[in-house]
Amino acid sequence: MSPPVKKPFAIGWEGAIFLALLLYPLFPIFESLFFRATQRSLGEQLPLVFIFALLAYGLNVVVGYTGLLHLGIAAFFAVGAYVAGIFTTAAYSFGWPFWVVLPLGVLAATVLGLLLGAPTLRLRGDYLALVTLGFGEVTKFTLRNMEKITAGTRGLSPIPPPSLPLVPPSAWADDYRPFYYLTLGVLILVALLLHNLERSRLGRAWIALREDELAANCMGLNPNKLKLAAFALGAGLAGLAGVLYATRLTSTADPNAYDFNRSIFMVCCLILGGLGSRLGALVGVIMLVGFDNILTPIIDSKIQEWFPNSGGRICLSFTGWRLAIFGLALILMMRFRPEGIVPSSRMKHELHPDEAVSNGIDPITMGRNTGEVETLGRKGGQS
Amino acid sequence: MIFAADSAFWQAFTQQTIDGLAFGALIALVALGYTMVYGIVELINFAHGDLFMLGCFLSLTILAAFGLGGLGFDATVKDPSPVYVAVILLTCLLVAMPFCGALNFAVDWVVYKPLRTAPKLAPLVSAIGVSFIFMNVGLFWGGAQDVNFPNLIPDTNLMSEGSGIRFTYKDAMVFGVTVPLMIGLTLFVQYSRLGKAMRATAQNPTAAKLMGIDTNKVIGLTFAIGGALAGAGAVVYALKVNTISYTMGFQNGLYAFTAAVLGGIGRIPGAVLGGLIIGLVRYYGSAYVGETWAGALIFGILILILVFRPTGLLGSTTREKV
Repeated sequence: MSPPVKKPFAIGWEGAIFLALLLYPLFPIFESLFFRATQRSLGEQLPLVFIFALLAYGLNVVVGYTGLLHLGIAAFFAVGAYVAGIFTTAAYSFGWPFWVVLPLGVLAATVLGLLLGAPTLRLRGDYLALVTLGFGEVTKFTLRNMEKITAGTRGLSPIPPPSLPLVPPSAWADDYRPFYYLTLGVLILVALLLHNLERSRLGRAWIALREDELAANCMGLNPNKLKLAAFALGAGLAGLAGVLYATRLTSTADPNAYDFNRSIFMVCCLILGGLGSRLGALVGVIMLVGFDNILTPIIDSKIQEWFPNSGGRICLSFTGWRLAIFGLALILMMRFRPEGIVPSSRMKHELHPDEAVSNGIDPITMGRNTGEVETLGRKGGQS
Repeated sequence: MIFAADSAFWQAFTQQTIDGLAFGALIALVALGYTMVYGIVELINFAHGDLFMLGCFLSLTILAAFGLGGLGFDATVKDPSPVYVAVILLTCLLVAMPFCGALNFAVDWVVYKPLRTAPKLAPLVSAIGVSFIFMNVGLFWGGAQDVNFPNLIPDTNLMSEGSGIRFTYKDAMVFGVTVPLMIGLTLFVQYSRLGKAMRATAQNPTAAKLMGIDTNKVIGLTFAIGGALAGAGAVVYALKVNTISYTMGFQNGLYAFTAAVLGGIGRIPGAVLGGLIIGLVRYYGSAYVGETWAGALIFGILILILVFRPTGLLGSTTREKV
């Protein structure tokens, strides 16, 4: 099965989603229909989805393209948020505008990514996962403890809205649309950047590294430099998302907003959507953020209606089942559809080599690592 | 600090050492489960800490059944006699250990076993999923708030009054449970038939299989033994620390994993050594750096160890197989 030949002007599902999102605010009818059904404004929720999608894109560079399990992306998200907090709030005398802080947050996160990555990236997969996890936790503790700088659990606020021509400052609070288009614009720009990057020399090198580090190395690629580049880009995108997040909330929020749960939530989004696929990251974020922020409150209020005497018992609320649902989803995905809901075509072939064989693809070129452990349960005759 | 080494300083230091070693022995018990599982299937079992948490809630349920209160039940037994306490402690151990062991075995059978041939990321992510499910069970079991665990073992000091050092019944209980278990495990792995099979499977699963070892069974039993140790650790932890919550598994599990890595993952004496060091770091860190920094300190050590000596203190240097 050769990859489907793209029609020259086909925009694909990703383009269709972006187009729909661009058009959404132009038709207030959808907003009011949605509000009638759920008592919530979709337009208010979507910027958050876009911000998390940015974060997922960043994580996808590291986990999806390069195949390094990163469990501390929230630390870089936090750096972006706190750079915004420190350089814009009245607590400090900087008072810099959003458009200066935005690149600064990206820069700070990137530098931090390089600093963490340089000594640690030679580690093996699961050890690297642990280092990133530990780093995320250290960052959280640091933010919480250095109260003089970060205001501890109170968070830095208020972060002023960005200044844009034609948009009066009051509009940011009254209307969802300025922020909607700001975040969506950034998201689409990043998606375009990644789209080109995936086909560039660097992007293909990352994928080669993910497939087989040893072979990639033998072909003259430098794994450490490539991993560092992925790490830095991932961190930078997370920083970008962080600045936008803090600006959206007008506060850096509690350091607990940047803990392991945030990181693992993003990993869940990627796995659900499909590792290494931009569309997958977007779909995963829409599904999980939608689940958390839209579906859960609706079901909870329905349960309240049906069982008014639940007495606040936690197992009778849908929120109470959140972790179990996430956990079960992760397990089932890994077992039955490890490539995700909207996989990149490469991942699909990789994870289902048998189907690829029946489709006439040579399984050897799929280049899967077969370590000692992986041959454990394999029946004879397939080695 | 160091040059002001008067008696008060040393007294405090000795106290930190005792507390640290007691906490470390507990962590070591959990770390053993990590290290054994990692040694045999190279899986960071993220759910192990949450298994430990479930063991704590099971102990609390047993205490409630014995009329000591907890989980919304009223305490009917006031001032239990030492014999009664000993019976309860033994019951807790005898129930929690098989429970956690069986649970871990079942999870391996249902979740990890089908993924043995999958890329390494798959079981790791599944382990995170199992951890979430366990946390949810813990949430339903004990609620979202911290839960008080009945203070069953008295805090009476066993040292003389003048020494200024506290070594309580609780500390004695911690060492009394953990040390025999560790010795037992070491002997078991070293001398029993199953222990030998475990070591063989850890060294080279394919060869072990060719030699007629049912590797899946051995792996399952490794999970069971690791789980049982976490169960024992849970009973002791709950009785010593007296506060449990459904989120405790994550933090303590990470401490334990750090201990396992510190000692050299896959090495049983390494896990014990690592656990003790982590315990000491936590208490020295609390005393001399600041309580809020103790967690950051431990994770900082984890990063440093992984960067500079990924094989740990007792681990041997092996090249990664290609």
